[in-house]
Amino acid sequence: MSIIIDEELCTGCASCMESCIYGAIELDNNIAFVLPNCNLCGACVEVCPEEAISLDRDDVKAQKIDISQFKGVWVVAEHYKKKIHNVSLQLLCKGRELADLLQVNLSLVILGTDFDDKLEEFSLYGMDEIIYIKSPILKDYYSDLYTKVITELVLENKPEIILIGATPTGRDFAPRVAKRLSAGLTADCTGLEINLETRNLLQTRPTYGGAIMATIRTPSSRPQMATVRAGIFKMPEKVKKNVNIRKLEYEFKEKDSVLKIVKVISKTRNSVNLEDAKFIVAGGRGVGSKEKFRIIEELAEVLDAELGGSRITVELNWLDPDRQIGQTGKTVSPKLYIACGISGAIQHLVGMQNSGIIVAINKDPNAPIFNWAHYGIVGDLHEIIPALIEEIKKTKSEQ
Amino acid sequence: MCIKQVPGVSEVKIDPNTNTLVREGVLSIINPNDRNAIELALMLKEKHKLEVIALSMGPPQAEEILREVLAMGVDKGVLLTDRAFAGADTLATSHTLSLAIKKILKESNSEEKYLIICGAQAIDGDTGQVPPELAEELGIPQITYVLNIELSEDKIVAERKFRATEIVIIETQLPALISVLNDINKPRYPSIAGIMKAYEKARLTYLDSNTLNADKSKIGLNGSMTEVRKIFIPKRRVNPIMLVGSNEEVVQKLCQHLKEDKIF
Ligand SMILES: Cc1cc2nc3c(=O)[nH]c(=O)nc-3n(C[C@H](O)[C@H](O)[C@H](O)COP(=O)(O)OP(=O)(O)OC[C@H]3O[C@@H](n4cnc5c(N)ncnc54)[C@H](O)[C@@H]3O)c2cc1C
Ligand SMILES: Nc1ncnc2c1ncn2[C@@H]1O[C@H](COP(=O)(O)O)[C@@H](O)[C@H]1O
Repeated sequence: MSIIIDEELCTGCASCMESCIYGAIELDNNIAFVLPNCNLCGACVEVCPEEAISLDRDDVKAQKIDISQFKGVWVVAEHYKKKIHNVSLQLLCKGRELADLLQVNLSLVILGTDFDDKLEEFSLYGMDEIIYIKSPILKDYYSDLYTKVITELVLENKPEIILIGATPTGRDFAPRVAKRLSAGLTADCTGLEINLETRNLLQTRPTYGGAIMATIRTPSSRPQMATVRAGIFKMPEKVKKNVNIRKLEYEFKEKDSVLKIVKVISKTRNSVNLEDAKFIVAGGRGVGSKEKFRIIEELAEVLDAELGGSRITVELNWLDPDRQIGQTGKTVSPKLYIACGISGAIQHLVGMQNSGIIVAINKDPNAPIFNWAHYGIVGDLHEIIPALIEEIKKTKSEQ
Repeated sequence: MCIKQVPGVSEVKIDPNTNTLVREGVLSIINPNDRNAIELALMLKEKHKLEVIALSMGPPQAEEILREVLAMGVDKGVLLTDRAFAGADTLATSHTLSLAIKKILKESNSEEKYLIICGAQAIDGDTGQVPPELAEELGIPQITYVLNIELSEDKIVAERKFRATEIVIIETQLPALISVLNDINKPRYPSIAGIMKAYEKARLTYLDSNTLNADKSKIGLNGSMTEVRKIFIPKRRVNPIMLVGSNEEVVQKLCQHLKEDKIF
């Protein structure tokens, strides 16, 4: 296995060098060459305008499967208190788009026990089919039972794409299913597209803390599996259509799982729901102190917005950890995001860049956040926010 | 424990003028979550008299992180290094790690009772997929995103972060695999005595694809189902409308815009 550079074709344009995250390509005499720290990721192959670079795989790929047998797009639902999690609904919306392009059915797969009276409501979300796996024990999540049920279903029905929410649950069973099926799995995708010719799913995701985006495909295995974070895709519109409902009952006993759920503990703290918030006001280190965060809270209150912040504010104890937005916090997509005293580090941006309107208030005119904002105000937030609160109160009372 | 060497992410920066990656001075560190895995293993060792082995697949330089954890008190380090492992995605990585684990277990006669501890996720690839895939490969139960654990003779009871507002307590038999979050503990630093010990020869073993008897179609690039098509640096999306004037003026303008955008 190696990267091969055709010296005849190479023009020394250095595109490959720029694409290499390992710094493993250099130019010698205007010809590219590969250093030993190459990780064979293949990113350089795509960028070469001269098609001078190729990835030489030994031809020992494991079993080749007939990928044309696989048809259909599946969304495996995550649910809570008899409701489908928003991320699964967002995947139904995106899944519809992909299924239409591929001209195949969209199925919702749901594992649980008390959904009989809910299926009609669920069927408004645009799928063609609901596969309902019913078993009393599945009121709770068990990684081994989920893995067993889903792999069996996949082997029987052969879907070509499976989309799963990148929640602690989805991220727990998706890899296990992928391994049992020897299928490729891409985590935390922020973009999904189809190459209609090959029917490959092009999965774009942030890596290296969001500093780099990578587009990944799984050309030789099926199903193509991806987990996706909440807040990346739109919510579906409700539609009335004929939905085929397949109910499969399983008689699991408790001893069928190697795991025993001892109990579930709710944290008493007021639960924060940033993922579903319409408006978010977020503060960064620029706010200055825990006491000064009060002004950010006030702005959130007059707007009826949720409060959020950058990681530093959490590290400094100005804000609760579940209010952190970004790569290691929440991914959000409110209609309005007001960033106050946040510089706009890439790890923060990946968590909020899909917001409808982004407003940035920062005293540094060169802060990167302005590159992502729709409206920018350069100035001291402690002067601007009080004025903004007054103005919003005035606007609201006029309405 | 499975530990991985990753670039210090804060050092992976973008040069705003050329829009390319700045790689100079990128340090390689132990993946932060893996430090928590080590700390947990060492705490369990102090309580239960266990042998603690750290395993890493990576280039020869990954020896540095193994020496570092040996200095923290880990008993043995095993480095899986071979050109044939390069280009591995999570499927191929978990397969390779499982081969080494099976070999180590066999040699130490501990196939019946063991605990694998991973970090919840690595900060480079950031997938968190290796731990469940490894558990599947070994055919043992997994508990991911663990915040706390009790180990007894033949079972574990773990607190798992489940939802933003919920924790679930799960019990399972050994052998098992867990992946840990950074809230679980505060990793210790290497001690001076530890650093001396870390360089004792016998403490570090190297394994390659031959010593592991690996099937070449299941490791490295060949064993990977996912392929990177392209890598790019995220572009900014919009040109901002900068609002200027006195404080009163800018906030008036902002509210006007937000009204036009139908936000209010
Ligand atoms: C692996 C990894 C994961 C990470 N994950 C996340 C994550 O999930 N979320 C996250 O947010 N970060 C994350 N980070 C951290 C991230 O890199 C940044 O350090 C962080 O986002 C910066 O926070 P900040 O913008 O609040 O602070 P700073 O970068 O310090 O910015 C403060 C800003 O406030 C401005 N300012 C100061 N005073 C005023 C004033 N009076 N009025 C107006 N403006 C003012 C300054 O001009 C500056 O731009 C992560 C980092 C790593 C390495
Ligand atoms: N190359 C590797 N060598 C050893 N352990 C690894 C390796 N890759 C991943 N891991 C383990 O799997 C965890 C999750 O990694 P990832 O799935 O890459 O996010 C890490 O915290 C490590 O414990």
